[in-house]
Amino acid sequence: MAETGIQYESPSHEAETAQAGMWLFLASEFLFFGGLFLVWTIYRVTLPDGFAAASRHTNIVIGAVNTVLLLVSGACLSAGLPAVQSGNGRMFRRILSGALVIALLFLALKGLEWHEDLNEHLFPAAHFALSERGAGLFFCFYFVATFLHGAHMVAGIVLLLWLLRRARSEPVASLRMPAESVTLYWAFVDLIWIVLFPLIYLSGRV
Amino acid sequence: MSLTLPARSYLTEDGRLRSWLLSTDHKRIGLLYLGTTTAFFFLGGAAAALVRLQLIEPDGAIVSPETYNRLFTMHGVIMVWFFLVPVVPAALGNFILPLMLGARDLAFPRLNLLSWYLFVFGGLLSLSALAAGGVDTGWTFYTPLTSDYAKGHIVLVTAGIFIAGFSTIATGVNFIITIHRLRAPGLTLYRLPLFVWSLYATSVIFVLATPVLAITLVLLAFETIFHVGVFDPNLGGDPLLFQHLFWFYSHPAVYIMILPGLGIVSEIIPVFSRRPIFGYKFVAWSSVAISVIGFLVWGHHMFVAGTSVYAAIVFSMLSYLVAVPSAIKVFNWLGTLHKGSIRFDAPMLYALGFIGLFTIGGLTGLFLAALASDVHLTQTYFVVAHFHYIMVGAMVSALFAGLHYWWPKITGRMYPEVWGRLAALLIFFGFNLTFFPQFILGFQGMPRRYATYPAHFQVLNVLSSAGATILAAAYLLPLGYFAWSLARGERAPANPWGALGLEWQVPSPPPVENFRETPTVTGSPYAYPPMEDGVQDAADG
Amino acid sequence: MTPPAMVSPDMAPLGMAPLGVPQASTVAPEVDALIGALLAISLAVLALVFGLLLTYVVRYRAGSDAFRGDLAAKTWRVEIAWTAATLLVFFGLFVWGADLYARLFEPPSATLNINVVGKQWMWKIEHPGGQREINALHVPVGRPVRLVLTSEDVIHDFSIPAFRLKHDVVPGRYLSIWFQADRIGDYPFFCTQFCGTDHAAMRGAVHVMSQPDYARWLDGQPASRSLVRQGQTLFMRFGCSGCHQAGNGLASSTVHAPSLNGIYGRPVALADGSTVIADDRYLHDSMTDPNSQVVAGYAPVMPTFAHVASEAEILDLIAYIRSLSQGG
Repeated sequence: MAETGIQYESPSHEAETAQAGMWLFLASEFLFFGGLFLVWTIYRVTLPDGFAAASRHTNIVIGAVNTVLLLVSGACLSAGLPAVQSGNGRMFRRILSGALVIALLFLALKGLEWHEDLNEHLFPAAHFALSERGAGLFFCFYFVATFLHGAHMVAGIVLLLWLLRRARSEPVASLRMPAESVTLYWAFVDLIWIVLFPLIYLSGRV
Repeated sequence: MSLTLPARSYLTEDGRLRSWLLSTDHKRIGLLYLGTTTAFFFLGGAAAALVRLQLIEPDGAIVSPETYNRLFTMHGVIMVWFFLVPVVPAALGNFILPLMLGARDLAFPRLNLLSWYLFVFGGLLSLSALAAGGVDTGWTFYTPLTSDYAKGHIVLVTAGIFIAGFSTIATGVNFIITIHRLRAPGLTLYRLPLFVWSLYATSVIFVLATPVLAITLVLLAFETIFHVGVFDPNLGGDPLLFQHLFWFYSHPAVYIMILPGLGIVSEIIPVFSRRPIFGYKFVAWSSVAISVIGFLVWGHHMFVAGTSVYAAIVFSMLSYLVAVPSAIKVFNWLGTLHKGSIRFDAPMLYALGFIGLFTIGGLTGLFLAALASDVHLTQTYFVVAHFHYIMVGAMVSALFAGLHYWWPKITGRMYPEVWGRLAALLIFFGFNLTFFPQFILGFQGMPRRYATYPAHFQVLNVLSSAGATILAAAYLLPLGYFAWSLARGERAPANPWGALGLEWQVPSPPPVENFRETPTVTGSPYAYPPMEDGVQDAADG
Repeated sequence: MTPPAMVSPDMAPLGMAPLGVPQASTVAPEVDALIGALLAISLAVLALVFGLLLTYVVRYRAGSDAFRGDLAAKTWRVEIAWTAATLLVFFGLFVWGADLYARLFEPPSATLNINVVGKQWMWKIEHPGGQREINALHVPVGRPVRLVLTSEDVIHDFSIPAFRLKHDVVPGRYLSIWFQADRIGDYPFFCTQFCGTDHAAMRGAVHVMSQPDYARWLDGQPASRSLVRQGQTLFMRFGCSGCHQAGNGLASSTVHAPSLNGIYGRPVALADGSTVIADDRYLHDSMTDPNSQVVAGYAPVMPTFAHVASEAEILDLIAYIRSLSQGG
């Protein structure tokens, strides 16, 4: 694994190429969520009242706390990169563990929020609590979007665990390439949430 | 040219099954893809055969409408997502691209292997759903038919397509990065083979359009499972939004299914005309133009769906615009033939057949891009014939052209030339006999996806089915003689066609690492006629 | 079984029937002219491409002694020339097609309105006088007819090849097409948007009749009441009249609801400050989803009729409300 692939001239050639690959993958991911944002935009324009009313039924406290948590975890990971460069394995492992705990906290809160939403009959099937036209579409969007974002979080957590395991057994300086790629991915997951937060929680409250 | 065999090649390196299934060698993965896509092709072809058999009789010759609907859905799903989209890029492209670039592998070999596993897994998932009774939605999955009314294992089929979609995204990322980062010294932008240009353009669509299909399928699956969703008219949702999102992917996907074919033909025509490609830069950039404008024409699938007249006018204009680069390519191929010294080996016959079928397919596209005539012709057999000319007639011809052309490189053996030429001619005639009558049926108003039809459409349907039997036999023929060639074929030299691309400078079949030393490129890959010993300098484009 | 398009020989004006498809509407010859032009251009290009291809492969086959000479060094002039020529031809075709399309979907002012409701797997057709038919459509010759299309379930498509006309039929929306048949005869129509198991059975025939024959046909239908009368009955039955004033009757209930007299086609001020025109679509949505667009000054108390009234019944109600604006 640590050795350079036969198609590369040097380790740095390989590392930069991997980085470029991650950027391109994230461009693809952005279009994945882009389709979802488009759906939101179209119905927000055609059915503004229903969307606003539905948005007011979301739990802004959990949403705001989660936003802070995610931003902190992203900041942690970015702060970990200098530790990788300077070869400070202990520091890097601590930072990774911190980001992991915060990410799990995010998911736990998200689960709690879903639980409350379902108790309040906010799933737009039978016994849906809201009557405004468009509110059902908003909650379809809400559940799909938060589920997909959560799935991306889970994938990120798996990557963090994998990185942590390698950081235990290998010299941390050799982890530069995967650490940068994982940090980039995590920043993308943050970014998606930064878009989702106003779409879900703020659009009906301003 | 020497006929000495390489002592070791990627084929003989480690023959165990396990070593093939875990290989990260782009050449082996290319062959894995070739094997799986071929299997899907014959499965989808079997469904097509039953469809044509059914339509011999106006009341349906063999199956009930319900079964018929499942058959054509199965045909469409398999052929589009598990054959046409991956076959040329992921099978031939995988094998040839690094060789053309002077690279030892793709940028991400393990991602490449993963993408094959995703493809197989997605394919098996969809297949299991089709085997367990199938779905009767058509490959387009329009809502609310699919989400609320259709029967069958829709979620399973869409999950398979979703997963296969990520396999194509992985391939696209791999190709784009490889083309940017792993070119041999001296291989500048305008010295790239045109197949590389077309694979690049295809990969852009893979990376930027497929995710939109993925999210659309997620929303569709959500709606199918819970019977509420964002396309649900009962909630105020718009079923047409599904069509917009679906075609935002699926129209560019049509170009996924033809661009690599255009690339192959652009490779073959100069080689067998012994003449530099006419207008290199125009051919190269027209691939990029098709890919970019192709993102802006999805609305032409919805001229009678209830979108606004203004939207329709804009989409009609853009559709005409996207046809221009295709026309440019055809003219440049003709320009390449002019003053050439043309040989008629099987790859060239397939390529010439491609030009004919692609031109007919393209011209009939003009009927559908013009708004008023589209109203009459759309959703009839005219459309069926049109896209089969492009996606099957042209693309499968291009696939066979490429397969015959690179067969000696891939396997180290020659195919039997006479049989190759015979199959090329049979495919051309069989194809035209099958699909040309469908243009007339379409003008007469016969709707597509009909299990039974009024009796006055019968004669042309029988003619089409008769053509289909010839076509089926012609498609089976290469399967037979390629298998023969694997065992008994004459040993191939490194460069049987006297071609100039880098892939012909390595032994046939290539060694595991492709190039022992990284080659240096000094000229165009189309500087024909070549000097006796290969590479020469030439003015670019 | 639907018979193939037939024209009764004594009544039909002379007309073309390219490839056996009669031109039975006013726009059909125009669409055929466009298709003919496309065909001519295609054949010319095809002749050019195949001609050059065959000429070159014969003339410049390997080993032939045709003169080859030097290759042109600069090709961009040729490239620009054929790109520009292609663009020009394409632009012409685009303008032609777009202009005709715009006219295809622009109905004249006075039309005979007929409702067409698609349903898995049949077409239900309602004439203004209340005559209903299934998988058959009787229309008079020489009079513009507007079809109002809607669906009770999935997306269908109403296609009449002899009129060179088709349009999708979308649930929850009223889309319309119009035509003027100018040739007496029977012409098949089809559903051309895949709609499930019996999609292929969802077809029928348009019977184009002379105007006196059409009038006789209408009279000969089982005595049914006009859409307006049926709508009026439904208006009572569903209890609409309890709250809404309509015609001369006063609303009996104490619930405060807008009067429907003269509302059709007029702007309505909504509670959210916006204004909409009370057209078919608005009235439809007000019945199926009343709280989405509440009229200013009224409470959102109306129940939904989405699962109470069928699409056909909603169309009857709309016909009744429309009649209240026509001085009836």
